[in-house]
Amino acid sequence: MLAKRLIVCLDVRAGKVTKGVKFLENRDLGDPVEMGADYFRQGVDELVFYDITASAEGRGIDLEMVRRVAREVFIPFSVGGGIRHLQDMRDVLLAGAEKVSVNSLAVRHPEIISDGAKAFGNQCIVLGMDALRVARSQAVPSGYEVVVKGGRERTGIDAVAWARRAEELGAGEICLNSIDADGTKTGYELEITRQVCRAVGIPVIASGGAGAPDHLATVLAADVGADAALVASLVHIDGWTVGSLKAKMAEAGVPVRI
Amino acid sequence: MTVLVDYKAGNLASVSLALSRLGVEHAVSGDPEVVRRAERIVFPGVGAAGSAMETLRGSGLAEALTESVKKGTPLLGICIGCQILLDRSEEDGGVACLGIVPGEVRRFRFDTLPDPQLDPGPRTDPGPRPKVPHMGWNTVDFLRPHPLLEGVPSGTHFYFVHSYYPAPSEASAVLGRTDYAGTVFAAILEAGNAVATQFHTEKSGEPGLRILSNFARWRP
Repeated sequence: MLAKRLIVCLDVRAGKVTKGVKFLENRDLGDPVEMGADYFRQGVDELVFYDITASAEGRGIDLEMVRRVAREVFIPFSVGGGIRHLQDMRDVLLAGAEKVSVNSLAVRHPEIISDGAKAFGNQCIVLGMDALRVARSQAVPSGYEVVVKGGRERTGIDAVAWARRAEELGAGEICLNSIDADGTKTGYELEITRQVCRAVGIPVIASGGAGAPDHLATVLAADVGADAALVASLVHIDGWTVGSLKAKMAEAGVPVRI
Repeated sequence: MTVLVDYKAGNLASVSLALSRLGVEHAVSGDPEVVRRAERIVFPGVGAAGSAMETLRGSGLAEALTESVKKGTPLLGICIGCQILLDRSEEDGGVACLGIVPGEVRRFRFDTLPDPQLDPGPRTDPGPRPKVPHMGWNTVDFLRPHPLLEGVPSGTHFYFVHSYYPAPSEASAVLGRTDYAGTVFAAILEAGNAVATQFHTEKSGEPGLRILSNFARWRP
């Protein structure tokens, strides 16, 4: 049986893993390669590295870090945060990443999804998406709007429509982050996750809000439908190990890889 | 020397890094002569069967690979490198492949409900339609012991990413199988000195590395 995936996210700033609430007040937690290798040994299913300041600083992703991770970690990992064009995607994949994640870039230039999928295969292209709860309207019928720049800028695009469009363009997977839930530790935003999971035929990773193992079990259950759950502070700060989280998930009936 | 076949079908970095981690000396090459002289061959690949076969034929690698397998060189196919070992693939409108393992490669199809004439029984709610590609960690049941699988328990999870699956015509070619949403397919193939995994051994954590290291020591 296909297992539900537990994915650990490492936000990297100036070469250090960092974690903040709602993209504010970041604090340094450690070396991304060492932390990634440790989670690999703990049995994590996948890792995500976001170079969170690459965009703002107008530079590409730290490829040396990607190469170092690839030498230590023998599970899939994706890299995002500073992809500017097809060449950046190529560099990141050749450095050993399994997937690349695009977010703001895809909103500005949706063709990066189709170009990337054509060049490297759909399975390599993850659409990262930040969704903000808003009033339902004609333009935003789902009640969730796509936002960029860490939630500081609204786009007027409906989150569910954007997910469908990304699938049509060739995205292999969607990482759906709720700006409302992110950092709150009160659980994933189930409503938008459910809507996106019903709308697309590609895997959906739920992100933002995990504060306890039962939050993972809830978002991965069939009535919501996420294929994978992303966590950060649960394992970085709160002391949960990958193994202890998975044991709790298995207890709750989630098929996991132990 | 182990040769990792480079035929421009995707990324070899992960496989090469995994072999290095295991201390397996290897050359990365797309030269048919180097492949012919190899002690063992690792044949990876991501992407589509059509373009992969085109490159293999155009470069002379297709011939070198079939000859090497015939003369007994151990070969490990991974993902597309596994699918290409069969006779043909449904991908890209139908592609003739290497024919090292009899059978074909089919696409996962979940878009039609079962025919009520053939399946009249009561159906439980199937839930959301299974996704294609089959992406993630799934269990593989081993059908019999094999040196490739030494030290790895049957039922272990491996990492898959694929929309097409191998369907060998002879049961003896199936060494391990996997169930994805009711479609049971061959996840590990065996044909004498040629073996292949549909999953990514190089991305499947310690069990995947163990299979790679078992292959590196295997003397069929």
